[in-house]
Amino acid sequence: MAKSIDVSDLDIYYGDFLAVEGVTMTIKARSVTAFIGPSGCGKSTFLRSLNRMHEAIPGARVEGKVMVDGQSLYEPSIDPVAVRRQIGMVFQRPNPFPTMSIYENVLAGKRLNAKRMSRSDADDLVERSLRGANLWTEVKDRLSRPGMSLSGGQQQRLCIARAIAVEPQVLLMDEPCSALDPISTAAIEDLIHELKADYTIVIVTHNMQQAARVSDDTGFFNLKAAGEPGHLVEFNPTTKMFTNPDDESTEAYISGRFG
Amino acid sequence: MTDLQTAPPVSPRQSMSLTGATLPRLAPVLAAVIAAGVGALAAVIGGVGWVAAAFVAWLVLVVGLPLWSSAVEGGRKARDRVATLLVWSAFGLAMIPLVSLVWTVLSKGIGILSGQFLTYSMRGVLGEGGGIYHAIMGTLVITALATVISVPIGVLTAVYLVEYGKSSTLARVITFLVDVMTGIPSIVAGLFAYALFALFFGPGVRMGLGGAVALSVLMVPIVVRATEEMLKLVPDELREAAYALGVPKWRTITKVVLPTAVSGIVTGVTLAVARVAGETAPLLIIAGLTTSTNLDPFSDRMATLPVFIFYSITEPGLYVDEMTDYAWGAALVLVAIVMLLNVVARVVGGLFAPKTGR
Repeated sequence: MAKSIDVSDLDIYYGDFLAVEGVTMTIKARSVTAFIGPSGCGKSTFLRSLNRMHEAIPGARVEGKVMVDGQSLYEPSIDPVAVRRQIGMVFQRPNPFPTMSIYENVLAGKRLNAKRMSRSDADDLVERSLRGANLWTEVKDRLSRPGMSLSGGQQQRLCIARAIAVEPQVLLMDEPCSALDPISTAAIEDLIHELKADYTIVIVTHNMQQAARVSDDTGFFNLKAAGEPGHLVEFNPTTKMFTNPDDESTEAYISGRFG
Repeated sequence: MTDLQTAPPVSPRQSMSLTGATLPRLAPVLAAVIAAGVGALAAVIGGVGWVAAAFVAWLVLVVGLPLWSSAVEGGRKARDRVATLLVWSAFGLAMIPLVSLVWTVLSKGIGILSGQFLTYSMRGVLGEGGGIYHAIMGTLVITALATVISVPIGVLTAVYLVEYGKSSTLARVITFLVDVMTGIPSIVAGLFAYALFALFFGPGVRMGLGGAVALSVLMVPIVVRATEEMLKLVPDELREAAYALGVPKWRTITKVVLPTAVSGIVTGVTLAVARVAGETAPLLIIAGLTTSTNLDPFSDRMATLPVFIFYSITEPGLYVDEMTDYAWGAALVLVAIVMLLNVVARVVGGLFAPKTGR
């Protein structure tokens, strides 16, 4: 059920401000693709444009093409809500719904879309999603507790469970581990490895080791200069990227000699 | 080499002392007692009134304690004591009218309260007997109706302003108009309702519904403001989380944003209700006064507590003492209703608040 994503010549704007320029890449199905690069270079902006979350910000728009499964996401006939049901997202900061219990948080995607489910189906889905997010054993005895009662790492895995409960084709992750401790990070990285079998995963990270550990392909974004739009410098298999990158600035960034 | 072995020169800085002289913990109490004594002395010996004596006591405290502190503890702590005293003084000053109001209403109104006072109307009553049942019910019916009218309008306006309008011109115009509405004098709201209903029912119309419309003109801006602030407090991350699950915007608002903000919205609405429950001027014009119980807001005059109080004082007729007692009793009931609404607002707000479980 995983899908590949073809991006060609994508420009992303905030109002008149060109934030990201001329991105072309192919994200393979059932693989992990990581984006690295300095802050403010447009990694997250680009990620958000892949499921039309970008336009939740007033004035934001894109030019160019994003093709998923042969359909162009930015055609006028495309329903952004339908796009987001297919392409899920996990955010930098864990954001469980504060009014809902753990159980309701996992079901939020279904319930909020007014899907009627039998009690047993719902129980199954909650267990499956929480197991998928490696959280089941920790919370199975307190599903009715508020989602906010969990620790930060658990909340983030709850958000991943919530995202995979709607069974998307693609999972976008925007620095999912940046607010977490090393143990929670390891748990989520293991999870990404497991999820790869069923989902196409795109992850933005500031942690080079993390990109090297979890991803199959890596894209390096950079700014040409301060005030200039961000652009994709290099997109290659991760092993090549970290051993023998095509571009000098990639090597400089990866080895810590930036600029 | 020799240089290295000599002891380092003694620093001109002395070792730091972290302790200093302090007044005993009971010093403020002691100072207050002494100041009160001076005040009492002034009252007894100087023969000044008790207000002047209290002022003298206060002056002695505000000057004396900092001087004592400055002599023992030094300047910074003395200034701290001055500031503390001034803050407490302001608090005490603010409490005087509140306490005195509650005390006056309680002492003057409690005597008349009885089962009969709360359950009888004034129909055919002159002098002794009767009660304010008709006015209580009128206030409850009209306020409830005003709430029913203004909460949907106010909440939906706020939803438009925060979720859809953002910084569009229309939203800015609406915000401005809401601000203007906040400042509308209540008598103007009453005239507006009267003019509106006179259009349909002819001049001289009196109707409970008209009172509800007038009150909702006053309530809507308060509800809009309170709801707007609450909706702005809902983090954008929650909206994005819902969007990322493929939830349409309207469902995100009804199922995620409003439930997260509902405790604040309920509190705001209840405070708005409490605010308009005591309005007199608009009800004077459009709801009028009657001595019998009228539960139908769509026809005829309807008595309300504020209007009842107004007429009992201004036009008591032959039975001045009885009507004055009735007015104080009605005032006590009105204050009790408003206080009850405030308590309910807090309880309901607490019940609906998002649970952190920690």
